[in-house]
Amino acid sequence: MATYQLHINGAKKSIDVAEGTSLLWVLREHLGLTGTKYGCGIAQCGACTIHVNGNPMKACVMPVDGVSSGQKITTIEGLDDLGNHPLQQAWIDVQVPQCGYCQSGQIMQAAALLANNPSPSRDEIVTHMNGNLCRCGTYMRILKAIQKAAGKEVAVNEGD
Amino acid sequence: MKYSKSKTDSTNRRQFIKRSGGIALLIGASGILPQFISCKNPSHVAAQLKKHQITSWIKMSEDGKIVIYNPAAEMGQGSMTSLPAIFAEEMDANWDNVQVEFSPQISNTYGSDGWGSGRKIMLSAGSRVTKGYYSLLRKAGAQARFILMHNAARIWNVPIDGLSTSDGHVLDENSGMKIAYGDLVKDLVVPEEIPDFELHQLKNPKDFKFIGHDLPRTDIPAKTNGSAQFAIDVILPGMLYGVLERGRVHGAKPTLTNSDEIMKLPGILHLVSFDYAIGIIGERIENVLAAKSRLEIEWSDAIASTFNSEEIYDEYKRVADKERDEKVVVEKGNTKKAIRSAARLFSADYKNDYVYHAQMEPLNAVVQIAEDGASATAWVGSQQGFDSKLGIPEVLDMDPEKVHINLQYLGGGFGRRSMTDFVKECTILAKEVPGQPIKLMWTREDDLTYGAFRPMSLQRLQAGIDSNGRITGFSHTVIGDGDNLLASGIRNDHYEIPNQYAALKIIPHGIRLKHWRGVGHGPNKFAIESMIDQIAHSLGKDPIDFRRTLMSESPKALATLNKAAAMSGWNQPNLQGRAKGVAFIERSGTLSTGVCEISLDENTGKIRVHYFWSASDAGVVIQPDNVKAQMEGGIIMGMSSVFKERISIIDGAVQQSNFDDYELLRMADIPERIETAIIKSDGPPQGVGESGTPLVAGAVANAFLALTGKHLRHLPFTPERVLEALNS
Repeated sequence: MATYQLHINGAKKSIDVAEGTSLLWVLREHLGLTGTKYGCGIAQCGACTIHVNGNPMKACVMPVDGVSSGQKITTIEGLDDLGNHPLQQAWIDVQVPQCGYCQSGQIMQAAALLANNPSPSRDEIVTHMNGNLCRCGTYMRILKAIQKAAGKEVAVNEGD
Repeated sequence: MKYSKSKTDSTNRRQFIKRSGGIALLIGASGILPQFISCKNPSHVAAQLKKHQITSWIKMSEDGKIVIYNPAAEMGQGSMTSLPAIFAEEMDANWDNVQVEFSPQISNTYGSDGWGSGRKIMLSAGSRVTKGYYSLLRKAGAQARFILMHNAARIWNVPIDGLSTSDGHVLDENSGMKIAYGDLVKDLVVPEEIPDFELHQLKNPKDFKFIGHDLPRTDIPAKTNGSAQFAIDVILPGMLYGVLERGRVHGAKPTLTNSDEIMKLPGILHLVSFDYAIGIIGERIENVLAAKSRLEIEWSDAIASTFNSEEIYDEYKRVADKERDEKVVVEKGNTKKAIRSAARLFSADYKNDYVYHAQMEPLNAVVQIAEDGASATAWVGSQQGFDSKLGIPEVLDMDPEKVHINLQYLGGGFGRRSMTDFVKECTILAKEVPGQPIKLMWTREDDLTYGAFRPMSLQRLQAGIDSNGRITGFSHTVIGDGDNLLASGIRNDHYEIPNQYAALKIIPHGIRLKHWRGVGHGPNKFAIESMIDQIAHSLGKDPIDFRRTLMSESPKALATLNKAAAMSGWNQPNLQGRAKGVAFIERSGTLSTGVCEISLDENTGKIRVHYFWSASDAGVVIQPDNVKAQMEGGIIMGMSSVFKERISIIDGAVQQSNFDDYELLRMADIPERIETAIIKSDGPPQGVGESGTPLVAGAVANAFLALTGKHLRHLPFTPERVLEALNS
């Protein structure tokens, strides 16, 4: 066991866990920040995507040891104080989520893109988002919501 | 207006008072009318007054807020909005005041009789929830409205017949008086008799405000900020953690050889033996996961130990060739004779590998058994079941009324969460630690390797046509394991084919199998729709024109075909290197036609789907945008299974373990556009959740036939199989 000082969502947290414990379990089971999800444990699905110093990272493969020297960790709970990030608003406007389990990770991944590239092309979005799985198949709407949040007019469903 | 009446039942009333003491809520004979009866405890009453139970479906507070119960699981299909919308419609509620909660899991009160079993059941499966609850919730909403009107009439001392309702208010047009529902709540009296409304006494559909009109989904805001609670997110004081190590071969029995070593590991409290697994209980998730990786287990052989999915198709083919016992599913006319006397005979075999549910939230549950063993509480993401207590009473030998299920959001279901194996496992672990809650976690590897798959199968189709190019006989035999899992979607009720025969030849393998979104429709519609196109192609007929003739007696099916054809610009020439393909399905009462446009990289064998169009007749649609979302998602899931997904089994052992070797479709492979249309209909609502997925295989295979003249007959269409087909 060791004590780690973490900087999460603007607050300092102290946590006693075994060395090498994954940041995902620390966030979820020890700190109760359950918006970050467990999906695969091997960085293949993106359900656990968080930001470390603004970069999208997969918490499931990050030992807590590696993020306890002042790195700024942001989870979905800390993305926006009121939950009003333009992506969160766009996710509601476009009615993206179905089961919703992957969506924290999707939004965190997308937020990191827009922070660096406020006006990404479709290809840039697809490339950036390709590591995040959605089993309900909401990809079309995720794409649309990111384009919407980026201020782009997007074609709506043309069926009737 | 004349109503048949439900009387409040004095026996029920007495029983209920006895049970609850203090303030009593009566659930009447019809299960929908509770009543305030006595008030001994003033503080209890004050708390209750904030949220009055009006009927078993609804709670109201004096500020007008309404809580409507959702009796179904919410796994992404939108039940948390569409079901309460049905209730609110007939109640004439103000939607801004509506909140939604999961109902208690009590089948007699909240079950649907739409399963045809003669009893009420809470089960969210087979795309049946909307269909099964539509009339029930309309009537229940009308009864809530009646209770409110009854009270307005009482207060105003006017006849109820002169009253009307609108937007959360009762109105008296004669006097011009108006009262908000919330203002009626405080002194609400439930009438002795409540009408059992007949359908014709309910709202005229032309007056619908919510049904057929999009409402923002009630669950979505919480799903954008991390606050939506799935069972895996439940954390309780003193909660322990559990994991199981299950064998890679279904049915193998474990012998643990290093239990002493495991018990010495940090935070490990108990080891629990199962027939098919070793369970570990510990203080923290990281403790039990570390211990799980250190287990040394010897596994026995099982029935499945000799099974090899890579070799079984040869046996399937031999079985298909032989006369053998078969379970007849469809027998119409004399198919054998029709095929014998056909002018031309078509025959083909189609194959499909196992697929895995891959719901994004791995299975898990939290169970707490009371310290005195007298009751149990569970927090579960479940599609519920024929037993709404999810098997817990049997495990604990406990009265079902002592088991409380707190339903949570499901991180995907797709059929997997209508099994209760994970709930029972957690209950068995919880028995070791009475009084303490325990969270059972399945790792992704557990979830996949101990999955319950959509069965693999071989389908042998034969079709005979007469000299006019009309299909006179159609025969479809499925060879595989899984009994009725193989049968759904094998009927062709919307094609005019006078002689039809369908049968199953079952070969048990000992592999765990389960309903997977769309069930047998995926493989069966793939085979049927491919055969239809093969015939059309051979006759030089356009696949849509050919189907138009087949659908001559099914105007609703034809309408979906015509709509999809128009949307896709079917008659326009395709771009160089592109082709379109069509498929028609019916699933859970919904009729759908899908058209896709593909291109092919002939060097790599990779097929690209550029566009997908679908048109569906689903009867009355409660929430149109949600139906579109279900179709879009279903089509993406269909593409995932059609291009990527396969479980293989060697010597009984599942060969894949996680998303690195069991790949799902990613964003890079989505179409440029998916367009979905809903045909206007006033028929009863039908099931939509599973309608998109089974459209894909046939549409893609038929587009491939149009593009290359070759047949794709083995799911999934991996690049290697595509190249093989191309070079055949």
